[in-house]
Amino acid sequence: MKHDVILRVGVKLLLPFILLFALYVHYHGDYGPGGGFQAGVISAGMIILYALVFGVDRAKRIAPEWLVERLVPAGVLIYASAGLPAMFAGKNYLDYTIYSHDPLHGHEWGVLLVETGVIVTVAATMTAIFYAFVDRGRSA
Amino acid sequence: MTALTTFLEHYNYFITIFLMVSGLYIVIARGNMIKKLVGLSLFQTSVYLLYVAPGKIIGGTAPIFDRAYTVYSNPLPHVLILTAIVVGVATLALGLALVVRINEAYGTIEEDEIFSADGEI
Amino acid sequence: MMAFEHHLPILQVLVPMFAAVLSAFCMRGTTAWAVALVASWAALLIAVLLAIKVFASPEPISYVMGGWTVPIGIEYRVDRLNAFVLLLVTIIGAVIMPYARKSVAKEIDSHQQAWFYTMYLLCLTGLLGITVTGDAFNVFVFMEISSLSTYVLIALGRNRRALLASYQYLIVGTIGATFYVIGVGLLYLVTGSLNLADIASRLGGASAEFQRPIIAALAFLTVGICLKLALFPLHVWLPNAYAHAPSVATVFLAGTATKVAVYLLIRIFYSVYGAAMPFTSLPVSEILLVMSVAAMVLASLSAVFESDTKRMLAYSSVAQISYMTLGIALANESGLTGGIVHMMNHGVMKAALFLALGAVFFRVGSVRLDDLAGIGRKMPLTMAVFVVAGLGLIGVPGTAGFISKWYLAVGAIEKGYWPLAFVIVASSLIAVVYIGRVIEVAYFREPSANVASTRDPPLSMLVPMLLLGAATLYLGVYTEWSAGLAQDAARMLLGGLK
Repeated sequence: MKHDVILRVGVKLLLPFILLFALYVHYHGDYGPGGGFQAGVISAGMIILYALVFGVDRAKRIAPEWLVERLVPAGVLIYASAGLPAMFAGKNYLDYTIYSHDPLHGHEWGVLLVETGVIVTVAATMTAIFYAFVDRGRSA
Repeated sequence: MTALTTFLEHYNYFITIFLMVSGLYIVIARGNMIKKLVGLSLFQTSVYLLYVAPGKIIGGTAPIFDRAYTVYSNPLPHVLILTAIVVGVATLALGLALVVRINEAYGTIEEDEIFSADGEI
Repeated sequence: MMAFEHHLPILQVLVPMFAAVLSAFCMRGTTAWAVALVASWAALLIAVLLAIKVFASPEPISYVMGGWTVPIGIEYRVDRLNAFVLLLVTIIGAVIMPYARKSVAKEIDSHQQAWFYTMYLLCLTGLLGITVTGDAFNVFVFMEISSLSTYVLIALGRNRRALLASYQYLIVGTIGATFYVIGVGLLYLVTGSLNLADIASRLGGASAEFQRPIIAALAFLTVGICLKLALFPLHVWLPNAYAHAPSVATVFLAGTATKVAVYLLIRIFYSVYGAAMPFTSLPVSEILLVMSVAAMVLASLSAVFESDTKRMLAYSSVAQISYMTLGIALANESGLTGGIVHMMNHGVMKAALFLALGAVFFRVGSVRLDDLAGIGRKMPLTMAVFVVAGLGLIGVPGTAGFISKWYLAVGAIEKGYWPLAFVIVASSLIAVVYIGRVIEVAYFREPSANVASTRDPPLSMLVPMLLLGAATLYLGVYTEWSAGLAQDAARMLLGGLK
C-alpha cells in the first residue's frame, strides 16, 4: 500500500482530524457521551492507521516502542495521583473538591485529570498490543 | 395466562438468562480455545444486561443533568457495567494473548489435541 | 506520620499499587525487585498498624472515598476479621520478597523480570483490596485485578504447560468472578445498595416476596467464590496452576490467594447474610460439609499418587482449604476460630513448603520426586524446613497445624458431629503418607548424580524459609496472636447468630 498515492495523501490529511476528534471526545467526556476510553482508542487508531499505510517501522519512529511501554504505567500514575493531593489537604483520597473553590468545579477538574490518565493508558495499551502482534507475525 | 404475563413483564431477564446459559454452554462444550473465549465473553456480556436493564426508568432520560428533565435513569448500573466491560475486555485480551502463545507452543488450539500432545496433565 | 494514621486503610492498597506502577517503569529486574521489596514491607507495616488500631477499639475503622457518605460512596472498612487477613497476606508478601530476587533471576528471562514484579505487586494490590474494601462491587474489581495478574504470573512459568494452566485458570476464574457479579447484581436489585454492611441491614428488612432472588444471589455468590477458593469439585484449575507457575508465584498464591477467597466467603455468609439465613433456614452448612469432607479425603489421596512434589502440595492445598470451609460450615465459635486460624497457619506452612521446593528447584532444576533422592543430606536446612512445615501440615502437636485442627475437632464435637472428628484425623493420616514419601526419598535414598554437588541455597533464600519454618513451630506453641485474634474475629462474626 506504500505506493498508492491516494491512500498516502488521504491518510495524511485524515490524521490531524482523527487526533482532533479524539481530543474533542476526551474534553467533552464530562458532560456528554465520551471520555478517555473512547478518545484513547481513537488516538491509537490514528497510529495504527499510519502504520498500516506507511509501515510499522515508520510508525515506530513517531511512537517508539519504549515510549509506548512507559506511557502505559504513566497513565495509571496520572489516574491514581489525581486523588493524592486531597490527602495532603486533610481530606480523604479521591476527594476532588480541593481543586476549586466550588466543589462542583473541583470534581470537573478531578475527573478531567482522571480522564487524562485514561486516555494516555488506553492509547498506549492499544498501540502496544498492535506492535506486539505485528512483531509476532514478522518473526514467525 | 398469568405465566405468559409474567414472562412478558420480565422478558429482559429471560433474554439475559438465555444469553448467559448459551455462553456457559459454549465454554463447556467447545474444545476450540477461541470459541471457548467467545462463549466466555457472551457469558460476561449477558451480565451487563442483567445490570443495565433494570437501571432504565420508564420515561426517564439519560442521566445527564438538565433543567428540562426531572426523571433520569439510574446511572449507577451503567457506571458499574462500564467497569465490568473494561474488565471483560482485559480478560478477553489476556485470554487471546494466551491462545496465541499456546498456538506457538503446541501448533494447535484444539484442547483434545493439546492434551494428547502433552500426555497426562 | 500521625497525620496519616487516618489514611491507613487506603494506604494499604495505594502503596502496592503505586509500587506496581513504579516497577512497570523499571527496565531492570533488580530495580523492580527493590521497589517490590520496599512496598511489601511497607504494606506489612501498615497492616500491623491497622491491626493494633482495630484490636484496641471495639468499633471497626471506616474510611470513605472522596468524602462521599457511606451508602453512596465506596467505604473501606477494617474490622477484626480483615485486619487478621491483611496481616496474613502482607506477612507472606514481605517474607518472600528477599527470597524472590535469586529465584526469579534463575527462573525468568531478564527482560520479563520487571513485569513479574509488577504483576506480583498488582496481585498484592488486588488481594489487599478485596480484603480491605466494604463495597461489593469494589470487591469484584479488585478480584479481577488480582486474577488477571495471577494469570500472567502463572503464564510466566518456564514450561509450555504453564500457558495451558493459565488459560484453564482464566476460564474458570472468569466464570467464578462473573458468578460473583451476578450475585451482587441480584442483591443490588433487591436492596439498592452495594455497601456490604448496608446490604446486610437492608436484607434483614427485605420482605418475603424477595426471598427468591436473595437465595439465588447466595447461590451465585457461593459458587463463584468457591471456584476462586478451589473447593473440592471446583478445584481442577489449582494443581496445574500451582505446579507450573514460577516458584515465587506459587508460594505467594498458595499462601494468600485462596485465603482471601475464604475470607470473602466468610464475609458474605456471616456479615452480609448474617449467618442466620444460610445456616439455619438453608442447607448451606450441610453442602459445605459434604464438599469439605470429600476434599479432605479425595484430594489428600490424589496427593499421595503424585510424582511431582509441587502438584502434590497443590492437591494438599485443596485438602487444607477444605478445613477452612469446614470451619465456616460448622458455624460455631470453635469451628469458625479453627477455620480462620487455619487461614494463617496454612498460609505460613504452605508458603514454607513451597519455598523449600523453590530452593530445591533453584539448585537441582527439578522438583520431581525421583530427582530429590538423597537431597536431605545435601540441602540439610532446606529439607529441615520442609520436614517441620510438613509436620505442621499433618497436624503434629507443637506445630501450627495442630492448633487449627484441634479447634475444628472441638467445633465438630460441640455440634455433635462425632464422625467428622475422625475424618479430620484420617485426613491427617493421609498427609503422613504423602509428606512421608518425600521424606523417605529425600533422606533414605542414595543421592543420585545430579544432586551430588548440591548445597543449601544462598542466605537471602535461606532466611525467609527458616523464618516461616520457625513460625510454624511458634504458632503451634504461642497461640495468643493467631488463635487469639481469630477467636476474637469469630466472636464478632457470630454476634449475628445469637
